[in-house]
Amino acid sequence: MATSSRPFSIERMPGFSLLALTCFFALYMPLAPLVVYSFNAGDNIALWEGLSLRWYVAAWENDLVQSAAIRSVVVAVIASVVATSLATMVALGTTRTRPYRGQTSIYAMVNQPLMVPEIVTAVALLIFFALIKESTGYHGYAYLISAHTAFCIPFAYLPIRARLEGMDRVLETAAADLYATPWRSFTRVTLPLLLPGILAGAMLAFVISLDDVVITEFVKSAGQDTLPTYMLGQLRRTITPEINAISTVLLGVSVVMVTIIFFLSRKKA
Amino acid sequence: MSDDVAVEARGVSKIFGASTDQEVRALDHVSVSIAQNEFFTLLGPSGCGKTTLLRLIAGFEHPTDGAILLEGKDISALPPFQRPVNTVFQNYALFPHMTVAQNIGFGLEMQGQSKDEVANTVGAMLVLVKMENLKNRRIDQISGGQQQRVALARALAPRPKVLLLDEPLSALDLKLRKEMQVELKRLQHETGITFIFVTHDQEEALTMSDRVAVMNEGRILQVGAPHEIYNRPNDRFVADFIGDTNFMPAEVIEHDESEVRIRLPSGIEITIPAPPGLPQGSEVTLAIRPEQARIVTDADAISIQGSLTDEIYIGTDTQYRVDIGMTSPFVVRVQNANGERARIPLGSRVGIAVDPRTIQILQD
Ligand SMILES: Nc1ncnc2c1ncn2[C@@H]1O[C@H](COP(=O)(O)OP(=O)(O)OP(=O)(O)O)[C@@H](O)[C@H]1O
Ligand SMILES: [Mg+2]
Repeated sequence: MATSSRPFSIERMPGFSLLALTCFFALYMPLAPLVVYSFNAGDNIALWEGLSLRWYVAAWENDLVQSAAIRSVVVAVIASVVATSLATMVALGTTRTRPYRGQTSIYAMVNQPLMVPEIVTAVALLIFFALIKESTGYHGYAYLISAHTAFCIPFAYLPIRARLEGMDRVLETAAADLYATPWRSFTRVTLPLLLPGILAGAMLAFVISLDDVVITEFVKSAGQDTLPTYMLGQLRRTITPEINAISTVLLGVSVVMVTIIFFLSRKKA
Repeated sequence: MSDDVAVEARGVSKIFGASTDQEVRALDHVSVSIAQNEFFTLLGPSGCGKTTLLRLIAGFEHPTDGAILLEGKDISALPPFQRPVNTVFQNYALFPHMTVAQNIGFGLEMQGQSKDEVANTVGAMLVLVKMENLKNRRIDQISGGQQQRVALARALAPRPKVLLLDEPLSALDLKLRKEMQVELKRLQHETGITFIFVTHDQEEALTMSDRVAVMNEGRILQVGAPHEIYNRPNDRFVADFIGDTNFMPAEVIEHDESEVRIRLPSGIEITIPAPPGLPQGSEVTLAIRPEQARIVTDADAISIQGSLTDEIYIGTDTQYRVDIGMTSPFVVRVQNANGERARIPLGSRVGIAVDPRTIQILQD
């Protein structure tokens, strides 16, 4: 029959678009009430009383929210910058050197935080840092920042490595042929071409650090709440749409960052 | 003498994966001298080591054995960025994050030239390759042929002592390819730089080069001017690789200073001018070009005889295939004068006449 000889095509399977729509709604529907009620004029997170920016103002003026937000951003900036630098070096070391023994195990090691359950890492760090705190008496931010740096590395590493692997080695050969020393070939050819990958990696690391709850909750000392752990604390009390407002801002930041990452990683070499 | 030599390879061998079970001998004791200002071509089938030899000259690889000399100085130990040698890569390898002009200026800048000097030379190079109006384009905004020109300009700009070109035309379509062949000859002429050109296209090699080196399996079999390589191949592989050739076994009967008397398989004996050094009784192979043989119908005694099996019209020429009792037919190519051609009935007995001076003797 004429129809049976036509090639198979997803376009003619109505089930698939329905499925895609379902997935889309399942993912995004639950976010809708959260965002909508952040603009609620009333005190209740489930009872609509009119449109207002009241809770955004309240969150903005809340000292605890402010200091937690600043802490979150500072930790995320430091952790993502350090993690991205380390990840860049590791990525170069695993793709731009002569093959050596143990190269693949480095790959596995760098990705360790993706494989070990976060709660296990959290407990391990809690115990490990407790020992250090005990013996040094130091209770500052170094614990939080180093923990964030560690779990950010694989997220920074993956886009950088992907870009390095997609990059033609012959370009570096050409640079060497045209009198560029290895260092200048790196700064003038490798690094500029790698930059979109590095930026994507850094932003991904930033978002991951900004959103982290589990490890932060276990590692932070007293008075070191980040925005997510502050919110977690609030949930144990009466909840107001202030939480919705903070969440909506976080959501906005993440969406913007992820969109930029998406465009950076699509950028042609 | 060494004043005139641009590049010399002295007993160069290159073994990849040495002391593993996948050892590849990419170059096997290669020795060759390339003169200043020469258009020198490396010709050979895929995998014969052409790229490897170029990479050794450029410094991207180091010889396992032997030395590379540039104007008489051993440069084997120098890294690529210290060698006054530039490469045009097969897929151009242009920097995608730079404009046409920035690509061309890269080498000059790395050499530490001032901004003005760089701008001047880049301007001159843009004129040379006729790309003035595209100098601010990004690399992905120009065509393949234009990228080719940029790659040439980029490699020529620092005025290297030697320019290496690894199959630079193979990505272009036929028409553009012909244009660029002419263009390359012009550039070599105008710049006076020694070109070492790699191709596996024999026609390209013969039309463009001052001298050709024919390579196979990591060795250079013959080096010579195109007409020498074509008319006087000294090796069966060379004769076979370049143009069409009829091979015929023969036996040496007698030899004096300038001539040799040999016996063909059919028992016919002929006398051929030949260099000394062929011992009596030795087995040799005769190589005869199809266009240097003629078909004769009034079969005379000294010609090779057989029966005509095929007559193929190929425009300017007609090709005759004659069964002379060997595994492959003897091919004769005759030019069609005035569009006419002699009609010979298939299956008839014909003779093949060959001028003895055009027969090449190959020792196996
Ligand atoms: N890095 C390498 N490691 C192992 N073997 C190699 C390497 N480079 C080349 N070879 C081998 O050396 C031989 C010569 O390779 P080369 O690239 O010089 O050939 P080529 O004449 O340029 O061929 P083509 O016309 O296909 O480009 C081949 O057998 C190839 O497989
Ligand atoms: Mg090659």
